[in-house]
Amino acid sequence: MNDLVGLVDWSRAQFALTAIYHWLFVPLTIGLALIVAVMESIYYRTGQARWKGITKFWMSLFGINFACGVATGLILEFEFGTNWSNYSWFVGDIFGAPLAIEGLLAFFMEATFVAVMFFGWNKVSRGFHLASTWLTALGVTLSALWILVANAWMQYPVGMEFDPDQMRNVMSDFGAVVLSPVAINKFFHTVFSGWTLGGAFVVGVSCWLLWRKRNERAAISSVKVGGWVGLVGLLLTLYTGHGSAVEVSRVQPMKLAAMEGLYRGEQGQGLVGFGLVNPDKEIGDDKPGVLCEVSIPHGLSFLANGDFDSFVPGIEDLIDGYEIERDGHTIVSLPYADRIEAGRVAQEALRDYGLARQTGDTAAMKVASKALAQNFEYFGYGYFDDPKDAVPPVGITFYAFRFMVIFGGALLLVFALALLRAYNRLPKLTAGCWVLWLGMLGLPMVWICSESGWVVAEVGRQPWVIQNLMPTIAGISDISAGSVQLTFWIFALIFTLLLAAEVSIMLRYIGRTSLKDIESPDAA
Amino acid sequence: MNDNENSSNATGFWRRVWDLYADGFRRMTVGRSLWLLIAVKVLIFFGVLRLFFFPNVLKERYDSDAERAEAVRSALTAPRQDVDSVHVKLLNINTDE
Repeated sequence: MNDLVGLVDWSRAQFALTAIYHWLFVPLTIGLALIVAVMESIYYRTGQARWKGITKFWMSLFGINFACGVATGLILEFEFGTNWSNYSWFVGDIFGAPLAIEGLLAFFMEATFVAVMFFGWNKVSRGFHLASTWLTALGVTLSALWILVANAWMQYPVGMEFDPDQMRNVMSDFGAVVLSPVAINKFFHTVFSGWTLGGAFVVGVSCWLLWRKRNERAAISSVKVGGWVGLVGLLLTLYTGHGSAVEVSRVQPMKLAAMEGLYRGEQGQGLVGFGLVNPDKEIGDDKPGVLCEVSIPHGLSFLANGDFDSFVPGIEDLIDGYEIERDGHTIVSLPYADRIEAGRVAQEALRDYGLARQTGDTAAMKVASKALAQNFEYFGYGYFDDPKDAVPPVGITFYAFRFMVIFGGALLLVFALALLRAYNRLPKLTAGCWVLWLGMLGLPMVWICSESGWVVAEVGRQPWVIQNLMPTIAGISDISAGSVQLTFWIFALIFTLLLAAEVSIMLRYIGRTSLKDIESPDAA
Repeated sequence: MNDNENSSNATGFWRRVWDLYADGFRRMTVGRSLWLLIAVKVLIFFGVLRLFFFPNVLKERYDSDAERAEAVRSALTAPRQDVDSVHVKLLNINTDE
């Protein structure tokens, strides 16, 4: 037992470590690619050499981040085959198809146009160069699309049929997988958050340059572009964040309940603005889930359903099951004890199907297949002994959600003040150093915000690796916990070195870029 | 346009592509460190980690997809009376065979 707990925990920790590190680089690539394209468009339109210099400066930082981040995502694929072999087999071609498209289309698109972007200055026409920069930005964004489609399928598995002969899911509707509302919302929310992060990065670095009184004119121009991209990105992230909440309430209500520390929901449910998770709270007791709670009345009902008076279920409501009327429809949520029973029936049927298949008993195969199809929706619940096993870690999900929202809100202020400062619209008293410091503070804030969003999405969906179909404990391989532990530390070391290399190369590059490099880029 | 001109244009295009890359690599400054970083990273990822630490478990242990499917079926449909038995079954699935 301890071996497996150790194995599952170390495998999850390793996946979390690699994904978190990978996610340090990815959103910056997405955001900077757009910002560089906007800057080059200004250069194309105005013909001013300084805009070419500004573009090249940020393009180099994009290149450094791209080089440090490239291939870090491949580690996740290594882990699928080694640590998560049951899961990898079970997902079948659902993951394979989007990732293959990513490899063929987006990666080659990036690789081709990145070369023109970096090597093509003064060698190709300005128009072709600009088109290459925009196509690189598009390629980067499309890369994100396919991996997010795969991730969204894990949170909301659609467009597939389970084949009991192959023991894997077979894609039956590519459109349903790619265009699932969860995938679309996840894609836009993630890309816009990348714009926000790119904007905060440009504003933060520019504020540092202004504070050090270096390349000030270029820094102010950069704040204007980065600030606007960041601000627009953040507003769109907030808008799509609302869409995310709506989707989560529909397909992962347990995640939403964990995000709010909500155990018993009600009509007109409030949104927790401030609170502390009660560490003594046990499912079924009378203690409150959140202490020192300050709530926005009816906020969660509106966030989840667009209706201030709608019912939002809590963790205990979901476990016990409930029935409500909404928009003239009756919504029935099956109690988790019944789901566990249905899951066990599905698993029995799958085993019986395999035995019947070995003996060539087609009649028994047909019966088993029918029972499997009828209960497959709850297949994964059959691995639980207690409904409580299906509850995600409430504390981490609750606090990560609040970090995301609080830092996201603070970034609105950062962008607004940075833009006002750049346009000289701040009163003299407020135009001092503190605005620059606030801009620099935006750097750690935006990464905490971005990583917290990832934690909400991924920890909040626990214990599922595929929602309702496969818990993490069933997706794991039969390997030793020690080997996973060893590779965990190897990755921790490698990724830390990579991060240190990125920061060090960036700082050196920023430090040595002179005014001449920016104002007269062709002479430099 | 005759065949010679077509051939000469095609050669010119590939020549320009070659020059683009050759000049680009020659004039790199920060890029040199970055390419070195990428090379070392890819070498570690594929030459060490993939090779020695990250085998594809199912591919390595079973010869055909049919065997892999049966192994996954056994792992996912073990009779489950309590959590311990699930864990034991999941851990011992390959040693049982």
